[in-house]
Amino acid sequence: MSTTLILIQILNGLQLGVILFLIAAGLTLVFGVMGFINLAHGVQYMVGAYLAYWGYGVTGSFVLALLMALPLALLMGLVLEFLVFRHLYDRDHLSQVLATFGVILFLNQLAKVIFGPASLSVPPPEFLDFSFTLIDGLLYPAYRIAVIVAGLLVALILWLVITRTRVGMLIRAGATNPDMVSALGVNVRQLFLIVFGFGAMLAGFAGVMAAPIFSVEPGMGDNLLIVAFVVIIIGGAGSIRGAFVAALLVGLVDTLGRTLVTDGLRLVMDASSANQIGPAIASMLIYVLMALVLFWRPEGLFAARAAR
Amino acid sequence: MSGASHAVAAPPARPRSALVVAGIIFAALALIPIVAEFAGGAYLTSLAVRAMILAIVAISLDLLMGHGGLVSFGHSAFVAIGAYAAGIMLTEGVYEITLILPVAMGAAALFALASGAVCMRTSGVSFIMITLAFGQMVYFALGSLAQYGADDGLTIWSAPDALGTKWLASKTGVYVTVLIALVGTWALVHRITGSRFGRVLRAARQNPVRVSSMGYSVFRYRLTAYVIAGMIAAVAGVLWATHAAFVSPSLGSWQRSGDLIVMVVLGGMATRNGALIGALFFIVIEEVLSSITHDWRLIFGPLLILIALYARGGLVGLLDRIQGDRT
Repeated sequence: MSTTLILIQILNGLQLGVILFLIAAGLTLVFGVMGFINLAHGVQYMVGAYLAYWGYGVTGSFVLALLMALPLALLMGLVLEFLVFRHLYDRDHLSQVLATFGVILFLNQLAKVIFGPASLSVPPPEFLDFSFTLIDGLLYPAYRIAVIVAGLLVALILWLVITRTRVGMLIRAGATNPDMVSALGVNVRQLFLIVFGFGAMLAGFAGVMAAPIFSVEPGMGDNLLIVAFVVIIIGGAGSIRGAFVAALLVGLVDTLGRTLVTDGLRLVMDASSANQIGPAIASMLIYVLMALVLFWRPEGLFAARAAR
Repeated sequence: MSGASHAVAAPPARPRSALVVAGIIFAALALIPIVAEFAGGAYLTSLAVRAMILAIVAISLDLLMGHGGLVSFGHSAFVAIGAYAAGIMLTEGVYEITLILPVAMGAAALFALASGAVCMRTSGVSFIMITLAFGQMVYFALGSLAQYGADDGLTIWSAPDALGTKWLASKTGVYVTVLIALVGTWALVHRITGSRFGRVLRAARQNPVRVSSMGYSVFRYRLTAYVIAGMIAAVAGVLWATHAAFVSPSLGSWQRSGDLIVMVVLGGMATRNGALIGALFFIVIEEVLSSITHDWRLIFGPLLILIALYARGGLVGLLDRIQGDRT
């Protein structure tokens, strides 16, 4: 195991972490502020990736595609909120699960109908389409670094919005005690709409950023959604800070685990059984992490709500 | 449908009419092999077997979700445990179903006991997520069994013996066995939910503090229900392995667990026939719609949304309301 390899894995882990954060940020607010389980949030990520593909096809420019995709992803979130989600806020969690599951089925299939079942690819923007030498003998694509930087930048902006603006204050208050916020005369419905729309846009942004790295295909958001739920449970529902820490943690654990666990097992057992068991244990790591957090701190690492 | 008329029109239990509905469903299922002789053939019976096995799992999940208030997002793991117990034993030369079943149920019970003891410390959404975590662990563990097919799954080359006979090697034998298992599960779960145990379980769902202050251990009741549901799901897994002659880790994937939750909610939780109807409806509508169009999910998705929005209490709730409006 070389340091170079570990460095690459750390960068890959950070990259997965920021993409997870962009998805989890919206999810944790929707879940924390509204108590709403939105399984369809992963679909917003897929929508972003397809919008990037479509926008790139129309304009031939990744940057223009990104600029077109963001408002469209926002619009998509608002439309879904208006058509489906707003009727479910005061319903039990299982009705929300059923309805948002229906949304997943519909949009995944719609993507398949419009774009076909094959996985598609989007090239990274030209000015980032090169690799540079990070340290001796280690080439790393510039685009992947750009994803990490962009993700961290968005996290910073989000943190500023949440902690420094009036809307952010209302969102934090809503996550802590929605009834009180409503009683104080804040239009909670409008607040929900804002949170929903921008949550969808963040997930869409994650999809656009991920399009040149992962393949664009129907159902691409489903597995990430589950991992995003793991993130918000570890971080604590409603907490942006928790989502950020947990997303990077999950991204790093998952990525590093895939190489380190197998290598570690080789030290204590023969290579073939290590190769066999290693990947399984590595895949389990984030779930073990979540189970441990739930066991010792059921409210997550950074709980927004004191007791619930 | 004002609140007052709803309260009057929908009494919680209609034991007799529910029994009639279940009887009609079981009779229809019993007739399917005969119908299949004329139309549909092996495809129709295979579809019915699949639907019945899923119904068994859905009924066991409703014991947890509906009656216990424990929404398990990892229930398909127990199906996979049962299926793999059968698959591994059949591969290793143990063919007797009377040996396979206890081992499968025992393995599921052990896993339910160990994971359940941890899960029961949480509630609500945390419970959903921690059961998901354990489900995923099983899923990945099964995918690492290199000598049993790993991620690709395990093909089973020989059907199990039933007390030395080749009963389970015939399609009819499997069909009848699965139907009996379904009726047995239905009856068992309703014996359980109607018993004192079931009442304590439901009371704990509504007010755990009060129940524990009355001297009941909520933890033990819930854990027992979790173990029972896991064992039933494992039986369904054994039946699945027998029917499909193939097991793979995807049996225990979270998508399967999600489908099961949807079936139970779709049918109507904590009702006599909700889980049964939900599972059968799920499979039938999937078949019907996919025979109309390849893109059947474009219809099924919005249908689920409409049911979630407008049919509180699922299909059974809808039926009850239609009935209530008529009388």
